[in-house]
Amino acid sequence: MGSIAAQLFSGLSRDIKSGSSLGSVNVDLQTDATLQVDISDALSERDKVKFTVHTKSTLPNFKQNEFSVVRQHEEFIWLHDSFVENEEYAGYIIPPAPPRPDFDASREKLQKLGEGEGSMTKEEFTKMKQELEAEYLAIFKKTVAMHEVFLCRVAAHPVLRKDMNFHVFLEYNQDLSVRGKNKREKMEDFFKNVVKSADGVLVAGVKDVDDFFEHEKTFLLEYHNRVKDASSKSDRMIRSHKSKSPHCLIISTCLGKFFLKVSELFEKTRKIEARVAADEDLKLADLLKYYLRESQAAKDLLYRRGRALVDYENANKALDKARAKNKDVLQAETSQQVCCQKFEKISESAKQELIDFKTRRVAAFRKNLVELAELELKHAKGNLQLLQSCVGVLKGDT
Amino acid sequence: MQLEEEVEDKFELNISITNPEKVGDGMNAYMAYKVSTQTTLPMFRSKTFTVRRRFSDFLGLYEKLSDKHTLNGYIVPPPPEKSIMGMTKVKVGKEDNSSAEFVERRRAALERYLQRVVFHPSLLQDPDVREFLERDDVSSACVCALSGAGFLKMINRATDSLSKMTIKMNESDVWFEEKLQEVEAEDQQLRKLHIMVDSLVGHRKELSVNTGGFAKSVAMLGSSEDNTALSRALSQLAEVEDKMEQLHQEQAASDSFCFAELLADYIRLLGSVRASFDQRMKTWQRWQDAQNMLQKKRETEAKLLWANKPDKLQQAKDDITEWEAKVTQYERDFDRVSATVRKEVLRFEKEKARDFKKQIIKYLESLLQSQQQLIKYWEAFLPEAKAIA
Repeated sequence: MGSIAAQLFSGLSRDIKSGSSLGSVNVDLQTDATLQVDISDALSERDKVKFTVHTKSTLPNFKQNEFSVVRQHEEFIWLHDSFVENEEYAGYIIPPAPPRPDFDASREKLQKLGEGEGSMTKEEFTKMKQELEAEYLAIFKKTVAMHEVFLCRVAAHPVLRKDMNFHVFLEYNQDLSVRGKNKREKMEDFFKNVVKSADGVLVAGVKDVDDFFEHEKTFLLEYHNRVKDASSKSDRMIRSHKSKSPHCLIISTCLGKFFLKVSELFEKTRKIEARVAADEDLKLADLLKYYLRESQAAKDLLYRRGRALVDYENANKALDKARAKNKDVLQAETSQQVCCQKFEKISESAKQELIDFKTRRVAAFRKNLVELAELELKHAKGNLQLLQSCVGVLKGDT
Repeated sequence: MQLEEEVEDKFELNISITNPEKVGDGMNAYMAYKVSTQTTLPMFRSKTFTVRRRFSDFLGLYEKLSDKHTLNGYIVPPPPEKSIMGMTKVKVGKEDNSSAEFVERRRAALERYLQRVVFHPSLLQDPDVREFLERDDVSSACVCALSGAGFLKMINRATDSLSKMTIKMNESDVWFEEKLQEVEAEDQQLRKLHIMVDSLVGHRKELSVNTGGFAKSVAMLGSSEDNTALSRALSQLAEVEDKMEQLHQEQAASDSFCFAELLADYIRLLGSVRASFDQRMKTWQRWQDAQNMLQKKRETEAKLLWANKPDKLQQAKDDITEWEAKVTQYERDFDRVSATVRKEVLRFEKEKARDFKKQIIKYLESLLQSQQQLIKYWEAFLPEAKAIA
């Protein structure tokens, strides 16, 4: 890899927590003194990111009140999957897993820049390098925030925060030896998903006895699809916004020969435009992406409940049959009771989870839309001022 | 310089080109433009008058002016480029955005072209210019449409000036050498800038389209949101993004019309500037050739004297007188052309600075307006967002 890329990747650690994007999706999470989790530092190495997970807790389960461990992305996934697979948590919305850190695009751009070094002026090269480095840093900060939000959601959940695996994750200062899934396991997962989605369709077809859940089901299905669409469109829009930047950069260096002031103006407005794109990315795109994942988790909850309902109804039918034939009645009764308990347990917690989801969602959208509007205004006013002063200067000197 | 400024103040001459109209049908169709002049100059027959001209008429005007004035070192403004693609669409009657845009672009370019021609004090005096502006019936003899041969001549002239002159000149005045280098460097910069601005326009258009797609998507999301206040806020957001789509579209047009066209004009103009430098070199070459010829004639005379052939001697002496006169004439020509080129270049630079400044201010003001619109839209949205509960 080119020398620039190499020097960037070795030991790039996250700087101090500036008003990071953590705020964008983390709303309504009480900062509870009994358990506080955050990611205090992160290191980007060649092909992995190492997160320093820092915990502060007054709970007796932990050996100390404050401690830190180093975790990698795979370990977060392991924790998430352990929640999903745990039957006890079937009635909760499992906080969505953070996306894999993906620096491929950024790396590719840096490499291309390195290759094209000869074809541009030193000034252009330095400016573009700075841009790409800033982009890399932004992606890095985002991935840290995503992982942190996941942990905070777990820590804030009244039931999940007590999970054994979670405590091990936080405290055990050795490697968890969680290997990524091998090919066979990945295939198993694939088939499981196929079965699940087919089953999901079947289950969704069954009309629910409870109006609340029936409404939620319809709502979530539609909402999820639309969020998905909005998310991809916003990504596309923001990508176009960002791709304008290199052109403006070259325009400003060319203009420099003619009109120094105009060139400076272009350079400054370009920087503001870049910040607009970055803010839109954080406040809009990230928000939509997050709620895409959360609405999926909510759908999963509804699916599990629907499944439990179908199982319950089947168990009832089996019991009736058994009583009619007077064969294996006890077995059928036990099975029916188990299904009933499972269904009721899930229903109870599911209702509250879904209400909480709604509250969180509305609050998050409000916060982000307000911040987005305020930032857009701030940047537009900044641009306006720059343009006005430049025009003033140009008109002034005859 | 003093005199020129006085002339500027004294006369008024405004030219506008309007009402492009399609004349005829099919492949023989053409666009006719209304050329309106308003002036206080006494050399014209009236104060306001209008004629109709087509594109090839403008090319014909250029050809005539160039024939007469380029060899004296004048920088003759070049007309807009011929575009087979653009015109074919218009001829065939394709009524879409791109052909409307093409016609508008051409109209504006022709207007700028004529304005530059009349702004040139020497060219304004040329009777062909007056005739072009005034003369009502345009018979093909007077303002000839560009014939095949004429077109070829123009191409050759263009390539002539663009190709690297192989004349190696003994530059006595370093000003010309430096200026030429400056012109060449500027040409390169302008071309690079033009490519960048073009691609900026493309990107802005893409941004516009994507913003529109996003707006629709957000509207859909809003309609399925069951919290009423959030639903309303989302549909407001969709409206804002819709307006942004419009804004980006307008901005791209401004980039293109204000900025890119200006650059294209000056890239062509720099070609004319190079042509005048080349012309100066040609006159120098002609002077050198004459000096060489004179030298040869003197050698011939000397040989004849030595060989003692008195009858041929008179011829030789006559030749020498003839070529001495030519040398003097060509030297004067060279000095005159050099002076003209120098004056022309200084004039060109002044006009260029003024032109660029005016256009860039116009462009920045359009950017300014965009930002003001943007602020209005987001300010209207903010209370809606805050109202979410």
